[in-house]
Amino acid sequence: MNAVDLLFYFFATLSVGGGLLMIISRHPVPAALFMIISLVSVAALFVLLEAFFLAILQVLVYAGAVMVLFLFIIMLMDVGPDGGKVSRIKLISGLAGCLSFGILVVLLLQFSGIGNAEPGNWQEIQNTEPVNGDSLLFSTSMKNFGYGLFTKYMLPIQVAGFLLLASMVGVIVLSKKSITSGGIK
Amino acid sequence: MFDFDMLLMVGLKFLFALLMIGAVMTMAGYSVLAERKVSAWMQGRVGPNRTVLPMIGHIPFVGKFLQGLGMFQPLADGLKFLFKEEMIPGHVNKFYYNLAPIVALVPALTTMTVLPFGEFFAEDGRTIPLMLANLEVGILFVLAVSSLGVYGIVLAGWSSNSKYPFLGGIRSSAQMISYELAMGLSLLPIFLWVSEPGTGALGLSLVDIVNSQNDRAWLLLVQPLSALIFLIALFAETNRLPFDMPESETDLVGGFHTEYGGFKFGIFFVAEYAHIVVGSAIFTIIFLGGWHFLPWIADPWPATWVGTLLGIGWFLAKTIFLIFFFIWVRWTIPRFRYDQVMNLGWTKLLPLALINLIFYVLLVTWLDQPTT
Repeated sequence: MNAVDLLFYFFATLSVGGGLLMIISRHPVPAALFMIISLVSVAALFVLLEAFFLAILQVLVYAGAVMVLFLFIIMLMDVGPDGGKVSRIKLISGLAGCLSFGILVVLLLQFSGIGNAEPGNWQEIQNTEPVNGDSLLFSTSMKNFGYGLFTKYMLPIQVAGFLLLASMVGVIVLSKKSITSGGIK
Repeated sequence: MFDFDMLLMVGLKFLFALLMIGAVMTMAGYSVLAERKVSAWMQGRVGPNRTVLPMIGHIPFVGKFLQGLGMFQPLADGLKFLFKEEMIPGHVNKFYYNLAPIVALVPALTTMTVLPFGEFFAEDGRTIPLMLANLEVGILFVLAVSSLGVYGIVLAGWSSNSKYPFLGGIRSSAQMISYELAMGLSLLPIFLWVSEPGTGALGLSLVDIVNSQNDRAWLLLVQPLSALIFLIALFAETNRLPFDMPESETDLVGGFHTEYGGFKFGIFFVAEYAHIVVGSAIFTIIFLGGWHFLPWIADPWPATWVGTLLGIGWFLAKTIFLIFFFIWVRWTIPRFRYDQVMNLGWTKLLPLALINLIFYVLLVTWLDQPTT
Protein backbone atom coordinates (compact mmCIF):
# COMPACT_ATOMS: atom_id res chain seq x y z
CA MET A 1 0.00 0.00 0.00
CA ASN A 2 1.52 3.31 -0.98
CA ALA A 3 0.59 6.94 -0.45
CA VAL A 4 -1.87 7.04 -3.33
CA ASP A 5 -3.72 4.02 -1.96
CA LEU A 6 -3.92 5.63 1.47
CA LEU A 7 -5.31 8.81 -0.06
CA PHE A 8 -7.79 6.76 -2.06
CA TYR A 9 -9.12 5.04 1.04
CA PHE A 10 -9.26 8.35 2.89
CA PHE A 11 -11.28 10.15 0.21
CA ALA A 12 -13.40 7.10 -0.57
CA THR A 13 -14.39 6.89 3.10
CA LEU A 14 -15.12 10.61 3.13
CA SER A 15 -17.30 10.46 0.05
CA VAL A 16 -19.30 7.42 1.16
CA GLY A 17 -19.54 8.66 4.74
CA GLY A 18 -20.58 12.13 3.60
CA GLY A 19 -23.25 10.61 1.40
CA LEU A 20 -24.55 8.48 4.25
CA LEU A 21 -24.62 11.38 6.69
CA MET A 22 -26.39 13.47 4.08
CA ILE A 23 -29.27 11.00 3.99
CA ILE A 24 -29.60 10.56 7.73
CA SER A 25 -29.24 14.16 8.94
CA ARG A 26 -32.50 15.59 10.18
CA HIS A 27 -31.83 19.20 9.32
CA PRO A 28 -31.48 20.13 5.62
CA VAL A 29 -28.56 22.59 5.94
CA PRO A 30 -26.07 20.08 7.44
CA ALA A 31 -27.35 17.59 4.89
CA ALA A 32 -26.37 19.99 2.11
CA LEU A 33 -22.96 20.48 3.75
CA PHE A 34 -22.36 16.73 3.91
CA MET A 35 -23.30 16.61 0.25
CA ILE A 36 -20.55 19.15 -0.50
CA ILE A 37 -18.05 17.02 1.42
CA SER A 38 -19.09 13.97 -0.54
CA LEU A 39 -18.87 15.77 -3.90
CA VAL A 40 -15.49 17.34 -3.15
CA SER A 41 -14.07 13.96 -2.10
CA VAL A 42 -15.24 12.48 -5.38
CA ALA A 43 -13.35 15.34 -7.06
CA ALA A 44 -10.28 14.32 -5.03
CA LEU A 45 -10.70 10.76 -6.30
CA PHE A 46 -10.69 12.13 -9.85
CA VAL A 47 -7.44 13.94 -9.04
CA LEU A 48 -5.93 10.64 -7.88
CA LEU A 49 -6.87 9.23 -11.29
CA GLU A 50 -5.11 12.27 -12.85
CA ALA A 51 -8.37 13.42 -14.40
CA PHE A 52 -7.88 17.04 -13.34
CA PHE A 53 -10.39 18.47 -15.77
CA LEU A 54 -13.11 16.15 -14.51
CA ALA A 55 -12.20 16.97 -10.89
CA ILE A 56 -12.48 20.69 -11.49
CA LEU A 57 -15.76 20.32 -13.33
CA GLN A 58 -17.02 18.25 -10.42
CA VAL A 59 -16.29 21.09 -8.00
CA LEU A 60 -17.42 23.86 -10.36
CA VAL A 61 -20.69 22.33 -11.48
CA TYR A 62 -21.79 20.28 -8.50
CA ALA A 63 -20.61 22.54 -5.70
CA GLY A 64 -22.25 25.45 -7.51
CA ALA A 65 -25.42 23.41 -7.80
CA VAL A 66 -25.39 22.72 -4.07
CA MET A 67 -25.20 26.46 -3.53
CA VAL A 68 -28.51 26.77 -5.34
CA LEU A 69 -29.80 23.94 -3.16
CA PHE A 70 -28.83 25.98 -0.12
CA LEU A 71 -30.98 28.81 -1.40
CA PHE A 72 -33.88 26.45 -1.98
CA ILE A 73 -33.56 25.14 1.55
CA ILE A 74 -33.43 28.55 3.10
CA MET A 75 -35.97 30.32 0.93
CA LEU A 76 -38.39 27.85 -0.59
CA MET A 77 -38.57 25.25 2.16
CA ASP A 78 -39.00 28.14 4.55
CA VAL A 79 -36.39 27.03 7.06
CA GLY A 80 -35.86 30.13 9.11
CA PRO A 81 -33.11 30.73 11.65
CA ASP A 82 -34.95 28.45 14.10
CA GLY A 83 -34.41 25.48 11.82
CA GLY A 84 -37.24 23.40 10.46
CA LYS A 85 -37.87 19.70 10.72
CA VAL A 86 -38.03 17.53 7.65
CA SER A 87 -41.15 15.52 7.11
CA ARG A 88 -41.32 11.87 8.13
CA ILE A 89 -40.53 9.15 5.65
CA LYS A 90 -43.47 8.58 3.38
CA LEU A 91 -44.49 5.38 1.69
CA ILE A 92 -43.94 6.67 -1.81
CA SER A 93 -40.44 7.97 -1.13
CA GLY A 94 -39.58 4.66 0.53
CA LEU A 95 -40.78 2.77 -2.53
CA ALA A 96 -38.85 5.07 -4.85
CA GLY A 97 -35.71 4.61 -2.74
CA CYS A 98 -35.99 0.81 -2.79
CA LEU A 99 -36.59 0.83 -6.53
CA SER A 100 -33.59 3.02 -7.36
CA PHE A 101 -31.39 1.02 -4.99
CA GLY A 102 -32.46 -2.17 -6.73
CA ILE A 103 -31.68 -0.69 -10.14
CA LEU A 104 -28.29 0.45 -8.85
CA VAL A 105 -27.45 -3.05 -7.56
CA VAL A 106 -28.51 -4.65 -10.85
CA LEU A 107 -26.41 -2.18 -12.83
CA LEU A 108 -23.38 -2.72 -10.62
CA LEU A 109 -23.66 -6.48 -10.98
CA GLN A 110 -24.05 -6.06 -14.71
CA PHE A 111 -21.00 -3.91 -15.24
CA SER A 112 -18.52 -4.74 -12.52
CA GLY A 113 -18.09 -8.32 -13.60
CA ILE A 114 -19.23 -9.84 -10.30
CA GLY A 115 -22.42 -11.25 -11.80
CA ASN A 116 -20.79 -12.81 -14.83
CA ALA A 117 -17.34 -14.18 -15.27
CA GLU A 118 -16.35 -11.91 -18.14
CA PRO A 119 -14.29 -8.82 -17.31
CA GLY A 120 -16.26 -5.57 -17.35
CA ASN A 121 -16.06 -2.70 -19.76
CA TRP A 122 -12.92 -1.30 -18.17
CA GLN A 123 -10.63 -3.38 -20.37
CA GLU A 124 -12.42 -2.22 -23.50
CA ILE A 125 -12.06 1.42 -22.51
CA GLN A 126 -8.34 1.04 -22.05
CA ASN A 127 -7.91 -0.50 -25.49
CA THR A 128 -9.91 2.08 -27.40
CA GLU A 129 -8.71 2.59 -30.93
CA PRO A 130 -7.47 6.06 -31.86
CA VAL A 131 -10.49 8.21 -32.62
CA ASN A 132 -10.81 9.11 -36.26
CA GLY A 133 -7.43 7.64 -37.07
CA ASP A 134 -5.41 10.58 -35.76
CA SER A 135 -3.68 11.27 -32.50
CA LEU A 136 -6.71 11.56 -30.23
CA LEU A 137 -6.19 8.52 -28.03
CA PHE A 138 -8.34 7.85 -25.01
CA SER A 139 -7.00 9.96 -22.19
CA THR A 140 -8.18 12.36 -19.53
CA SER A 141 -7.15 15.53 -21.40
CA MET A 142 -9.66 18.23 -22.19
CA LYS A 143 -9.46 17.82 -25.93
CA ASN A 144 -10.77 14.28 -25.71
CA PHE A 145 -13.72 15.30 -23.61
CA GLY A 146 -14.60 18.00 -26.08
CA TYR A 147 -14.14 15.76 -29.08
CA GLY A 148 -16.21 12.95 -27.60
CA LEU A 149 -18.96 15.20 -26.34
CA PHE A 150 -19.43 17.02 -29.61
CA THR A 151 -19.26 13.99 -31.91
CA LYS A 152 -20.22 10.65 -30.43
CA TYR A 153 -22.33 11.86 -27.52
CA MET A 154 -23.98 14.84 -29.20
CA LEU A 155 -27.55 13.60 -28.76
CA PRO A 156 -27.26 12.63 -25.06
CA ILE A 157 -25.81 16.08 -24.35
CA GLN A 158 -28.68 17.84 -26.05
CA VAL A 159 -31.18 15.65 -24.20
CA ALA A 160 -29.49 16.33 -20.85
CA GLY A 161 -29.47 20.06 -21.56
CA PHE A 162 -33.16 19.94 -22.39
CA LEU A 163 -33.89 18.04 -19.16
CA LEU A 164 -32.04 20.68 -17.14
CA LEU A 165 -33.99 23.43 -18.86
CA ALA A 166 -37.24 21.64 -18.03
CA SER A 167 -36.24 21.30 -14.38
CA MET A 168 -35.37 25.00 -14.26
CA VAL A 169 -38.78 25.97 -15.62
CA GLY A 170 -40.37 23.55 -13.15
CA VAL A 171 -38.60 25.18 -10.22
CA ILE A 172 -39.75 28.62 -11.28
CA VAL A 173 -43.36 27.41 -11.56
CA LEU A 174 -43.19 25.68 -8.16
CA SER A 175 -41.67 28.63 -6.33
CA LYS A 176 -44.17 31.04 -7.86
CA LYS A 177 -47.00 28.82 -6.64
CA SER A 178 -45.67 28.71 -3.09
CA ILE A 179 -45.57 32.50 -2.98
CA THR A 180 -49.15 32.98 -4.19
CA SER A 181 -50.75 30.20 -2.13
CA GLY A 182 -48.63 30.44 1.01
CA GLY A 183 -48.94 34.16 1.36
CA ILE A 184 -46.70 36.36 3.43
CA LYS A 185 -46.03 35.23 6.96
CA MET B 1 9.13 4.55 -0.36
CA PHE B 2 10.46 7.62 1.47
CA ASP B 3 13.82 8.19 -0.16
CA PHE B 4 15.80 11.34 0.38
CA ASP B 5 15.04 12.93 -3.00
CA MET B 6 11.32 12.66 -2.50
CA LEU B 7 11.55 14.12 0.99
CA LEU B 8 13.58 17.00 -0.40
CA MET B 9 11.02 17.60 -3.15
CA VAL B 10 8.10 17.54 -0.72
CA GLY B 11 10.01 19.78 1.68
CA LEU B 12 10.79 22.27 -1.07
CA LYS B 13 7.16 22.34 -2.22
CA PHE B 14 6.13 22.91 1.37
CA LEU B 15 8.61 25.76 1.72
CA PHE B 16 7.42 27.38 -1.53
CA ALA B 17 3.81 27.08 -0.40
CA LEU B 18 4.67 28.76 2.91
CA LEU B 19 6.51 31.55 1.06
CA MET B 20 3.57 32.09 -1.27
CA ILE B 21 1.09 32.21 1.61
CA GLY B 22 3.40 34.63 3.41
CA ALA B 23 3.60 36.89 0.37
CA VAL B 24 -0.16 36.95 -0.26
CA MET B 25 -1.00 37.41 3.42
CA THR B 26 1.48 40.27 3.70
CA MET B 27 -0.03 41.89 0.63
CA ALA B 28 -3.51 41.39 2.12
CA GLY B 29 -2.39 43.00 5.39
CA TYR B 30 -0.84 45.95 3.62
CA SER B 31 -3.88 46.32 1.35
CA VAL B 32 -5.83 47.05 4.53
CA LEU B 33 -3.32 49.76 5.33
CA ALA B 34 -3.49 51.01 1.73
CA GLU B 35 -7.25 51.13 1.99
CA ARG B 36 -7.06 53.31 5.08
CA LYS B 37 -4.34 55.54 3.69
CA VAL B 38 -5.95 56.01 0.27
CA SER B 39 -9.35 56.71 1.78
CA ALA B 40 -7.75 59.23 4.10
CA TRP B 41 -5.96 60.84 1.18
CA MET B 42 -9.17 61.05 -0.85
CA GLN B 43 -11.05 62.61 2.05
CA GLY B 44 -8.32 65.06 3.02
CA ARG B 45 -7.44 63.22 6.24
CA VAL B 46 -4.13 61.88 7.47
CA GLY B 47 -4.88 58.21 8.14
CA PRO B 48 -3.01 55.94 10.53
CA ASN B 49 0.26 57.62 11.54
CA ARG B 50 0.78 56.81 15.22
CA THR B 51 1.76 53.15 15.45
CA VAL B 52 5.48 52.53 15.75
CA LEU B 53 7.79 49.82 17.03
CA PRO B 54 9.77 50.79 20.17
CA MET B 55 13.29 50.97 18.70
CA ILE B 56 12.57 52.00 15.13
CA GLY B 57 10.78 55.20 16.10
CA HIS B 58 14.07 56.65 17.35
CA ILE B 59 15.96 56.26 14.08
CA PRO B 60 16.37 59.91 13.01
CA PHE B 61 14.65 60.32 9.64
CA VAL B 62 13.53 56.86 8.53
CA GLY B 63 11.68 56.08 11.75
CA LYS B 64 9.43 59.13 11.55
CA PHE B 65 8.84 58.52 7.84
CA LEU B 66 7.74 54.91 8.38
CA GLN B 67 5.56 55.98 11.28
CA GLY B 68 3.89 58.61 9.13
CA LEU B 69 3.19 55.99 6.46
CA GLY B 70 1.59 53.79 9.11
CA MET B 71 3.91 50.93 8.18
CA PHE B 72 3.44 49.16 11.52
CA GLN B 73 -0.33 49.46 11.61
CA PRO B 74 -1.06 46.00 10.06
CA LEU B 75 1.13 44.42 12.75
CA ALA B 76 -0.78 46.20 15.50
CA ASP B 77 -4.13 45.28 13.92
CA GLY B 78 -3.12 41.63 13.72
CA LEU B 79 -2.02 41.59 17.37
CA LYS B 80 -5.24 43.25 18.40
CA PHE B 81 -7.31 40.56 16.63
CA LEU B 82 -5.20 37.84 18.25
CA PHE B 83 -5.46 39.06 21.83
CA LYS B 84 -9.04 40.30 21.84
CA GLU B 85 -11.39 38.15 23.90
CA GLU B 86 -13.25 35.55 21.84
CA MET B 87 -16.94 36.24 22.31
CA ILE B 88 -19.41 33.62 21.11
CA PRO B 89 -23.00 34.91 21.37
CA GLY B 90 -25.37 32.52 23.12
CA HIS B 91 -27.89 32.23 20.30
CA VAL B 92 -25.59 30.98 17.53
CA ASN B 93 -25.19 27.51 16.12
CA LYS B 94 -21.71 26.96 17.60
CA PHE B 95 -20.19 24.38 15.27
CA TYR B 96 -21.11 26.17 12.05
CA TYR B 97 -20.36 29.54 13.63
CA ASN B 98 -16.77 28.40 14.21
CA LEU B 99 -16.53 26.64 10.87
CA ALA B 100 -17.60 29.63 8.76
CA PRO B 101 -14.40 31.77 8.97
CA ILE B 102 -12.29 28.75 8.03
CA VAL B 103 -14.51 27.99 5.04
CA ALA B 104 -14.18 31.61 3.99
CA LEU B 105 -10.37 31.74 4.21
CA VAL B 106 -9.38 28.38 2.71
CA PRO B 107 -10.64 29.00 -0.86
CA ALA B 108 -9.07 32.47 -0.85
CA LEU B 109 -5.70 30.92 -0.08
CA THR B 110 -6.14 27.86 -2.31
CA THR B 111 -6.59 29.80 -5.55
CA MET B 112 -3.04 31.11 -5.34
CA THR B 113 -1.58 27.65 -6.05
CA VAL B 114 -2.16 28.01 -9.78
CA LEU B 115 -1.13 31.66 -10.12
CA PRO B 116 1.99 32.11 -12.28
CA PHE B 117 3.88 35.21 -11.22
CA GLY B 118 7.06 35.15 -13.27
CA GLU B 119 9.31 32.96 -15.36
CA PHE B 120 12.68 31.39 -14.74
CA PHE B 121 15.17 31.10 -17.61
CA ALA B 122 16.89 27.72 -17.40
CA GLU B 123 20.40 27.32 -18.76
CA ASP B 124 19.30 25.08 -21.62
CA GLY B 125 17.12 27.87 -23.01
CA ARG B 126 13.79 26.72 -21.66
CA THR B 127 11.63 29.09 -19.66
CA ILE B 128 9.91 27.68 -16.61
CA PRO B 129 6.91 29.54 -15.21
CA LEU B 130 7.13 30.29 -11.50
CA MET B 131 4.07 28.88 -9.81
CA LEU B 132 3.16 26.24 -7.27
CA ALA B 133 1.27 23.90 -9.61
CA ASN B 134 1.11 24.24 -13.38
CA LEU B 135 -2.37 22.97 -14.11
CA GLU B 136 -3.56 22.51 -17.67
CA VAL B 137 -6.92 23.97 -16.60
CA GLY B 138 -5.67 26.65 -14.21
CA ILE B 139 -8.36 29.24 -14.84
CA LEU B 140 -11.14 26.71 -14.31
CA PHE B 141 -9.48 25.75 -11.03
CA VAL B 142 -9.55 29.38 -9.92
CA LEU B 143 -13.22 29.73 -10.86
CA ALA B 144 -14.14 26.46 -9.14
CA VAL B 145 -12.32 27.12 -5.88
CA SER B 146 -13.32 30.76 -5.59
CA SER B 147 -16.96 29.75 -6.05
CA LEU B 148 -16.59 27.72 -2.85
CA GLY B 149 -15.78 30.91 -0.93
CA VAL B 150 -19.43 31.92 -0.77
CA TYR B 151 -20.18 29.00 1.55
CA GLY B 152 -18.24 30.73 4.31
CA ILE B 153 -20.45 33.81 4.04
CA VAL B 154 -23.67 31.81 3.78
CA LEU B 155 -22.72 29.63 6.75
CA ALA B 156 -21.80 32.68 8.80
CA GLY B 157 -25.10 34.31 7.99
CA TRP B 158 -27.13 31.20 8.68
CA SER B 159 -25.37 30.03 11.85
CA SER B 160 -25.51 33.47 13.48
CA ASN B 161 -29.27 32.96 14.00
CA SER B 162 -30.00 36.63 13.74
CA LYS B 163 -31.72 38.83 11.18
CA TYR B 164 -29.03 41.01 9.66
CA PRO B 165 -26.39 38.31 9.14
CA PHE B 166 -29.09 36.10 7.67
CA LEU B 167 -30.07 38.76 5.14
CA GLY B 168 -26.39 39.30 4.35
CA GLY B 169 -25.88 35.61 3.67
CA ILE B 170 -28.90 35.37 1.39
CA ARG B 171 -27.92 38.47 -0.55
CA SER B 172 -24.38 37.23 -0.93
CA SER B 173 -25.36 33.86 -2.34
CA ALA B 174 -27.80 35.41 -4.80
CA GLN B 175 -25.18 37.93 -5.90
CA MET B 176 -22.45 35.32 -6.32
CA ILE B 177 -24.64 33.06 -8.44
CA SER B 178 -25.73 35.93 -10.65
CA TYR B 179 -22.28 37.28 -11.35
CA GLU B 180 -20.45 33.96 -11.61
CA LEU B 181 -22.37 33.33 -14.81
CA ALA B 182 -21.32 36.61 -16.41
CA MET B 183 -17.74 36.05 -15.23
CA GLY B 184 -17.51 32.59 -16.81
CA LEU B 185 -19.07 33.80 -20.05
CA SER B 186 -16.70 36.76 -20.26
CA LEU B 187 -13.72 34.39 -20.09
CA LEU B 188 -14.88 32.06 -22.88
CA PRO B 189 -13.83 34.43 -25.74
CA ILE B 190 -10.37 34.55 -24.12
CA PHE B 191 -10.04 30.77 -24.36
CA LEU B 192 -11.14 30.86 -27.99
CA TRP B 193 -8.71 33.64 -28.80
CA VAL B 194 -5.69 32.11 -27.07
CA SER B 195 -6.09 28.55 -28.35
CA GLU B 196 -5.05 29.35 -31.89
CA PRO B 197 -4.65 26.30 -34.07
CA GLY B 198 -1.02 25.49 -34.77
CA THR B 199 0.52 27.22 -31.75
CA GLY B 200 -0.39 24.39 -29.41
CA ALA B 201 -1.43 26.93 -26.79
CA LEU B 202 -4.23 25.88 -24.49
CA GLY B 203 -6.61 28.71 -23.67
CA LEU B 204 -7.39 27.32 -20.24
CA SER B 205 -3.81 27.40 -18.99
CA LEU B 206 -2.85 30.64 -17.25
CA VAL B 207 0.76 30.34 -18.44
CA ASP B 208 -0.31 30.04 -22.07
CA ILE B 209 -2.62 33.04 -21.66
CA VAL B 210 0.28 35.13 -20.38
CA ASN B 211 2.69 33.94 -23.05
CA SER B 212 0.19 34.66 -25.82
CA GLN B 213 0.49 38.35 -24.84
CA ASN B 214 4.27 38.47 -25.16
CA ASP B 215 5.29 41.27 -27.60
CA ARG B 216 1.73 41.34 -28.93
CA ALA B 217 -1.38 43.24 -27.89
CA TRP B 218 -2.63 42.67 -24.39
CA LEU B 219 -5.93 40.88 -24.23
CA LEU B 220 -7.35 44.03 -22.62
CA LEU B 221 -6.85 45.78 -25.97
CA VAL B 222 -8.04 42.82 -28.03
CA GLN B 223 -11.18 42.17 -25.98
CA PRO B 224 -12.06 45.30 -24.02
CA LEU B 225 -15.66 44.23 -23.45
CA SER B 226 -14.64 40.89 -21.94
CA ALA B 227 -12.24 42.74 -19.66
CA LEU B 228 -14.94 45.16 -18.55
CA ILE B 229 -17.47 42.41 -17.80
CA PHE B 230 -14.83 40.37 -16.00
CA LEU B 231 -13.79 43.37 -13.91
CA ILE B 232 -17.37 44.18 -12.89
CA ALA B 233 -18.02 40.54 -12.03
CA LEU B 234 -14.76 40.48 -10.07
CA PHE B 235 -15.94 43.42 -7.98
CA ALA B 236 -19.18 41.58 -7.32
CA GLU B 237 -17.46 38.30 -6.48
CA THR B 238 -15.05 39.93 -4.03
CA ASN B 239 -17.96 41.81 -2.39
CA ARG B 240 -16.32 45.18 -2.89
CA LEU B 241 -18.22 48.41 -2.81
CA PRO B 242 -20.57 49.19 -5.39
CA PHE B 243 -21.47 45.51 -4.69
CA ASP B 244 -20.88 44.99 -0.98
CA MET B 245 -24.43 43.77 -0.46
CA PRO B 246 -23.54 41.07 2.10
CA GLU B 247 -22.17 43.53 4.61
CA SER B 248 -23.51 46.96 3.59
CA GLU B 249 -23.13 48.55 6.98
CA THR B 250 -25.75 51.26 6.56
CA ASP B 251 -28.66 48.87 6.12
CA LEU B 252 -27.39 45.57 7.57
CA VAL B 253 -25.20 46.76 10.49
CA GLY B 254 -22.24 44.59 9.46
CA GLY B 255 -24.00 41.98 7.35
CA PHE B 256 -22.81 38.42 7.61
CA HIS B 257 -20.13 39.18 10.21
CA THR B 258 -22.31 41.19 12.59
CA GLU B 259 -22.07 38.50 15.26
CA TYR B 260 -18.34 37.96 14.87
CA GLY B 261 -15.55 39.58 16.82
CA GLY B 262 -11.89 39.13 17.63
CA PHE B 263 -9.84 36.68 15.63
CA LYS B 264 -12.78 35.18 13.72
CA PHE B 265 -13.69 38.60 12.39
CA GLY B 266 -10.02 39.06 11.55
CA ILE B 267 -10.10 35.93 9.44
CA PHE B 268 -13.11 37.18 7.45
CA PHE B 269 -11.32 40.48 6.99
CA VAL B 270 -8.11 38.87 5.75
CA ALA B 271 -10.09 36.53 3.49
CA GLU B 272 -11.77 39.51 1.82
CA TYR B 273 -8.45 41.21 1.14
CA ALA B 274 -6.81 37.95 0.04
CA HIS B 275 -9.63 37.64 -2.50
CA ILE B 276 -8.84 41.13 -3.75
CA VAL B 277 -5.12 40.38 -4.07
CA VAL B 278 -5.72 37.11 -5.91
CA GLY B 279 -8.41 38.70 -8.08
CA SER B 280 -6.08 41.53 -9.07
CA ALA B 281 -3.36 39.01 -9.90
CA ILE B 282 -5.77 37.04 -12.10
CA PHE B 283 -6.89 40.16 -13.95
CA THR B 284 -3.23 41.06 -14.50
CA ILE B 285 -2.49 37.58 -15.83
CA ILE B 286 -5.44 37.39 -18.18
CA PHE B 287 -5.81 40.92 -19.46
CA LEU B 288 -2.66 42.90 -18.64
CA GLY B 289 0.01 40.58 -19.98
CA GLY B 290 1.23 39.16 -16.68
CA TRP B 291 4.96 39.68 -16.26
CA HIS B 292 5.52 40.81 -19.87
CA PHE B 293 6.43 44.43 -20.52
CA LEU B 294 4.16 46.68 -22.59
CA PRO B 295 1.92 45.69 -25.48
CA TRP B 296 3.76 45.17 -28.78
CA ILE B 297 7.12 45.66 -27.05
CA ALA B 298 9.27 42.65 -26.21
CA ASP B 299 10.62 42.34 -22.68
CA PRO B 300 13.57 44.77 -22.41
CA TRP B 301 15.27 42.77 -19.66
CA PRO B 302 17.88 40.04 -20.28
CA ALA B 303 16.94 36.36 -20.10
CA THR B 304 18.80 35.75 -16.84
CA TRP B 305 17.92 35.93 -13.17
CA VAL B 306 17.86 39.73 -13.46
CA GLY B 307 15.08 39.40 -16.01
CA THR B 308 13.26 37.00 -13.72
CA LEU B 309 13.35 39.46 -10.84
CA LEU B 310 12.36 42.43 -13.03
CA GLY B 311 9.51 40.38 -14.49
CA ILE B 312 8.19 39.52 -11.04
CA GLY B 313 8.53 43.16 -10.02
CA TRP B 314 6.61 44.30 -13.10
CA PHE B 315 3.90 41.74 -12.37
CA LEU B 316 3.66 42.94 -8.76
CA ALA B 317 3.49 46.56 -9.91
CA LYS B 318 0.50 45.82 -12.16
CA THR B 319 -1.19 43.82 -9.39
CA ILE B 320 -0.67 46.61 -6.87
CA PHE B 321 -2.09 49.14 -9.31
CA LEU B 322 -5.21 46.99 -9.62
CA ILE B 323 -5.51 46.74 -5.83
CA PHE B 324 -5.30 50.53 -5.79
CA PHE B 325 -8.02 50.58 -8.44
CA PHE B 326 -10.26 48.48 -6.18
CA ILE B 327 -9.74 50.95 -3.34
CA TRP B 328 -10.16 53.94 -5.62
CA VAL B 329 -13.55 52.69 -6.84
CA ARG B 330 -14.66 51.93 -3.30
CA TRP B 331 -14.13 55.50 -2.14
CA THR B 332 -15.57 57.06 -5.29
CA ILE B 333 -18.81 55.27 -6.16
CA PRO B 334 -21.81 54.90 -3.82
CA ARG B 335 -23.33 51.50 -3.10
CA PHE B 336 -25.98 50.05 -5.43
CA ARG B 337 -29.38 49.13 -4.12
CA TYR B 338 -30.00 45.40 -3.98
CA ASP B 339 -32.50 45.38 -6.85
CA GLN B 340 -30.07 47.44 -8.94
CA VAL B 341 -27.39 44.80 -8.39
CA MET B 342 -29.70 42.02 -9.56
CA ASN B 343 -30.91 44.10 -12.47
CA LEU B 344 -27.38 44.87 -13.61
CA GLY B 345 -26.31 41.24 -13.32
CA TRP B 346 -29.18 39.55 -15.10
CA THR B 347 -30.51 42.08 -17.60
CA LYS B 348 -27.33 43.96 -18.54
CA LEU B 349 -24.16 41.97 -17.96
CA LEU B 350 -25.45 38.52 -18.92
CA PRO B 351 -26.88 39.51 -22.34
CA LEU B 352 -23.79 41.64 -22.97
CA ALA B 353 -21.52 38.69 -22.16
CA LEU B 354 -23.56 36.43 -24.47
CA ILE B 355 -23.38 38.93 -27.35
CA ASN B 356 -19.65 39.32 -26.72
CA LEU B 357 -19.19 35.55 -26.83
CA ILE B 358 -21.16 35.14 -30.07
CA PHE B 359 -19.26 38.01 -31.68
CA TYR B 360 -15.88 36.49 -30.87
CA VAL B 361 -17.00 33.00 -31.90
CA LEU B 362 -17.89 34.40 -35.33
CA LEU B 363 -14.71 36.48 -35.49
CA VAL B 364 -12.44 33.58 -34.55
CA THR B 365 -14.22 31.30 -37.03
CA TRP B 366 -13.72 33.90 -39.75
CA LEU B 367 -10.04 34.44 -38.87
CA ASP B 368 -9.29 30.73 -38.61
CA GLN B 369 -10.85 29.62 -41.88
CA PRO B 370 -8.34 28.07 -44.23
CA THR B 371 -7.08 30.58 -46.76
CA THR B 372 -6.68 28.07 -49.59
